[in-house]
Amino acid sequence: MIKYSKTHEYVKVEGEYGYIGVSDYAQKELGNVVYVDMPEVGDELEAGEDFGAIESVKAASDLIAPVSGEVVEINEALEENPRLVNADAMANWIVKVKIADPAELDSLMDEAQYAEYIRK
Amino acid sequence: MEENIKQTCLHGRHTALGALMSPFGGFDMPIQYAGIEEEHRAVRERCGVFDVSHMGEILVTGEDATAFVNYIFTNDVAPAANGQCLYGMMLNGNGGVVDDLLVYKFNPERYLLVVNASNIDKDEAWVEDRMMDLHGEAGLPYRVDLELVSEVVSELAIQGPDAERICEQTLDIRCKDLSFYTFREVEINGRQALISRTGYTGEDGFEVYADDDTIIALWDKLMVAGVQPCGLGCRDTLRFEVGLPLYGDELADDITPVEAGLSMFVRLEKAPFMGSDAIARQKAEGPARKLVGLELTDRAIPRHGYEVLDAEDNVVGHVTTGYHAISTDKSVAMALVDASCAAKDTELKVKIRKKTFPCRVVAKKFYKKSYKK
Repeated sequence: MIKYSKTHEYVKVEGEYGYIGVSDYAQKELGNVVYVDMPEVGDELEAGEDFGAIESVKAASDLIAPVSGEVVEINEALEENPRLVNADAMANWIVKVKIADPAELDSLMDEAQYAEYIRK
Repeated sequence: MEENIKQTCLHGRHTALGALMSPFGGFDMPIQYAGIEEEHRAVRERCGVFDVSHMGEILVTGEDATAFVNYIFTNDVAPAANGQCLYGMMLNGNGGVVDDLLVYKFNPERYLLVVNASNIDKDEAWVEDRMMDLHGEAGLPYRVDLELVSEVVSELAIQGPDAERICEQTLDIRCKDLSFYTFREVEINGRQALISRTGYTGEDGFEVYADDDTIIALWDKLMVAGVQPCGLGCRDTLRFEVGLPLYGDELADDITPVEAGLSMFVRLEKAPFMGSDAIARQKAEGPARKLVGLELTDRAIPRHGYEVLDAEDNVVGHVTTGYHAISTDKSVAMALVDASCAAKDTELKVKIRKKTFPCRVVAKKFYKKSYKK
């Protein structure tokens, strides 16, 4: 299951874990990604709060957590090669969290709703 | 704000090209077309064209023109030859920068001031006020006329190693023999125009000033010839890499040219001018702050306004501009810091969001200029 937030982050749910990244739409809007500011393993994300930033040449955009949870892994490949986000945003998640409250997923958009959301 | 935003004569061309548009200095300007990095590389490696019609132009004429320009401008226009361009600043009484500008000397009684778009209104009012300042033994106002011609003058910047060939061959403008920081008046399709070997990218290049119709015609020729249209996004990354200041970042009403490392454009040896007393004082005492370069070890990007800290985490300054530099693949910044922290190789830190990153003071030139002198 993949869910999306209004600020263009996705969470790909696998069991009790969620892989959080930015949508393909977001990577296109950002242009070439030159830096991803990631939290550390063990940090607690809170839904709706920023947990890092993704930067293009011109600007930094906050990363907003779509769900709450503890960071159990970060995508270290992005430290050396942030452009992986442009190459494949869905495959190149940013952090893996242990989802604290699965009920939060209900307030996010599914694929069809998100497709409709970005069409507007 | 939205309803008052101005457009250049090329606005329709930019939107037709699908440019990302954004307000800058009161104008709706193109930020990028193909992308900042692609446009940046086009200028470093080949040629790019910028619509810089948002820049402001003030024509100063009259028998006191040389004395007046020298009174409001930090550089010395008196010894300059006709056809020369000079970079410098206008200063307030405290030595702070009202604006930085290019002055074009046609002859001792005729000068063109080219100022920043964001400062047009302020500069026009300030220059008009200065005209009323009394001078000389008789204590009279300056005998000069001002023409505020920003609305009728448009401008293109054609920049990069291929710029000379493109101006000569594609635009049919004779410019090969112009040396760096000189200009000439030319006729393009029967209209008066001006071309100078100047720019804001650290590359060889030219700036062309003309009326709207002429500028549109030149732009269209460049597009047909495949010259890369470039937005303000790469204009900023290009000027930053070679350490050129941008008003609003490195320069402001409360930053002096001494602090910004631009003393070479302030000619204290000429007759006293606006701000000269304050600058002489600051030079004697030494400035409290200095503009420096910073290089980070991490890829994190220091942005305008971020705090700079010393080893004990005291705030010692702020970032004025920062990027992950396109030509060198390093995170670098210009920052205004306490003079005590400005020595080369001083270890400092930049606060980027919640974390701090180590950096060291370096020369504020992150890429070598390649002007054709």
